[in-house]
Amino acid sequence: MRMRWIEIMVGFFMVLGILALLGLALNVSGLKLATKADNYKVQARFENIGGLTARAKVTLSGVQIGEVESIHIDRKRLMALVTLKINSDVDYLSIDSSAKILTAGLLGEQYIGISVGFEEQNLKDGGLINDTQSAMVLEELIGKFLFNKVSS
Amino acid sequence: MLDQIASLGRVGLDRLAGVGRAGGVIWQSLVAKPTPVVMFPLLLKQIYFIGVLSLVIIIVSGLFIGMVIGLQGYTILVGYGSEQAVGQMVALTLVRELAPVVTALLFAGRAGSALTAEIGLMKATEQLSSLEMIGVDPLRRIVAPRLWAGFISMPILAIIFAMVGILGGALVSVEWLGIYEGSFWANMQNSVDFSEDVLNGVIKAVVFGIVVTWIAVFQGYDCVPTSEGISQATTRTVVYSSLAVLALDFILTALMFGDL
Repeated sequence: MRMRWIEIMVGFFMVLGILALLGLALNVSGLKLATKADNYKVQARFENIGGLTARAKVTLSGVQIGEVESIHIDRKRLMALVTLKINSDVDYLSIDSSAKILTAGLLGEQYIGISVGFEEQNLKDGGLINDTQSAMVLEELIGKFLFNKVSS
Repeated sequence: MLDQIASLGRVGLDRLAGVGRAGGVIWQSLVAKPTPVVMFPLLLKQIYFIGVLSLVIIIVSGLFIGMVIGLQGYTILVGYGSEQAVGQMVALTLVRELAPVVTALLFAGRAGSALTAEIGLMKATEQLSSLEMIGVDPLRRIVAPRLWAGFISMPILAIIFAMVGILGGALVSVEWLGIYEGSFWANMQNSVDFSEDVLNGVIKAVVFGIVVTWIAVFQGYDCVPTSEGISQATTRTVVYSSLAVLALDFILTALMFGDL
């Protein structure tokens, strides 16, 4: 009887541990069990990506529709080539959509905001966003401001 | 002069021999000839004593530590108007550092000292040598189940500690201080990464479990078989394992998160 009680309690202990690990995984770290394999990739070239990193959010009107997969240098044009992973249920981005690098709050992380254009055709896997706007870099902004002051 | 150098050398040799004996204990009880089938009921009993009976202290202290971090984080962050970040602060401190370290310290005090005293008393009352006399290896019968039970229980306890602590932080900051629940959890999920933070925390807990249990069992097995020897061994268990946990924590943190 005592052995059985011990077995039950140890089993309960194990279950509690597994539940807590599941809680940490799903609730705290936000791990998704079903990784969304259904997405398509779009590339965009930026003059300057600022502090953008892989896995940053890609949003449309503030709603997350995907994430940044990778960032490379385009060797021919010497620009940053950012590969975006967009959920495949978002299939209504027109080919003249534009991408901006935005900052969440004053000191928050940087993310990409997409605005849809007017063309009939939509972006497909491997497409390229041509109209881009670089990240706001504080030093450049201050530099421009000072330069304008001096020249005027 | 020469005598002093000789005594220094003797101390060094003693320490080294102790490390060697500790290695011998763990090798002979775990690696040399494992007997999993016979061991299983013994192991279950030890997990009950080491793990299940430690649950209360782990849950209570986890809850209070989480609540304190929530409260402190709130009072600091509200000055910057970013009190939503309490969630990520509570989760990161608990998962990365506090859950493994505090659990290991409590584990050393609650379970490690008990292990040392138990094995030490067995040695003092010559139960260990009696076992040897009737042909049972005490390392395998007494030491191995306790080692395994410690290795298994400690990470589970640390995981429970982290989860309970986060729930305690949520209780204070969401229920009592009125932070919006959605931003509390969303901020946490954005900043905590499963493999980077949670798994590294679990790895820390595994390492601490091995170290604490090993020290506890070895101190008991190697103690001077008198009542004074047992009391010294118990003290040494708590002191050595606390120091080892804190020092190892720095090394592991530097390896996992820092760019040292």
